Amino acid sequence: MIEALAFYMFACTAVAAAVLVISAKNPVHSVLFLILTFFNAAGLFVLLGAEFLAMILVVVYVGAVAVLFMFVVMMLDINFVELRQGFLQYLPIGGLIGIVLLVELLVLVGGWTITADAARSAVAKAPAPEVTSNTHALGEIIYTQYIYLFQAAGLVLLVAMIGAIVLTHRHRDSVKKQNIGDQLARRAEEAVELQKVDIGKGI
Amino acid sequence: MLEIGLSHYLTVAAVLFTLGIFGIFLNRKNVIIILMSIELMLLAVNINLVAFSAELGDLVGQIFAMFVLTVAAAEAAVGLAILVVFFRNRGTIAVEDINVMKG
Repeated sequence: MIEALAFYMFACTAVAAAVLVISAKNPVHSVLFLILTFFNAAGLFVLLGAEFLAMILVVVYVGAVAVLFMFVVMMLDINFVELRQGFLQYLPIGGLIGIVLLVELLVLVGGWTITADAARSAVAKAPAPEVTSNTHALGEIIYTQYIYLFQAAGLVLLVAMIGAIVLTHRHRDSVKKQNIGDQLARRAEEAVELQKVDIGKGI
Repeated sequence: MLEIGLSHYLTVAAVLFTLGIFGIFLNRKNVIIILMSIELMLLAVNINLVAFSAELGDLVGQIFAMFVLTVAAAEAAVGLAILVVFFRNRGTIAVEDINVMKG
């Protein structure tokens, strides 16, 4: 009973917030509703027993991705009213495609069952939650069976980080910076010049 | 109705995914909202993965959801970086103009 209540609360809030993400006039509000959607999805994950993923969702999505969106939205000086033109023009075709897709997905969800063999063919059986916590159980297979994939995920993040830095880094002429290479390449012959100065005269 | 099963979660995920697609159509001009719609779709996929993982008692679904999350974070970072560079060069983020980027 309480689980059903919690599910409906999280699900309804998530869907309502998602609607507001795509329809809010101000993109800052969109980002805030996106954060609300993520929080409610994290609640759904907790109901499903995936506490670690719920935590990751809050930390990574809300703490990093959504804040990144917020920074970009607030940093760029954009005329959002101009960008909203044509909003109603795309409504019919978008609505049509959305409804068709939704009906297809719901027919799919309503019309199939899981075969009895599915539970037996589990690759990594989830241990009972009383014995091993979700985080512990995930750690036990991530660092053994899926270590290469885990490292690859780290590599993806590294590439994304370097890519983002390379893309947004720009050279500014007005900023004076130390150039270690130039300093080390300097030699005494280029730096010091000896002049013979006549007595009573300047150079 | 009060017994929450797999299909409930799949329905929520389907609705969220559809809203993501709908958002892309609705905000054709605003890249930031399009990126947010993509995040919504990835979230729907994650809900699907975790729901099946819980239903079948198989932890691999949750691991896969974690990798999807990683890729989503990377995608958001690079996408927003491209957006910032584009805005710096053009002074707007209107999607129709983006094809000027091709060489």
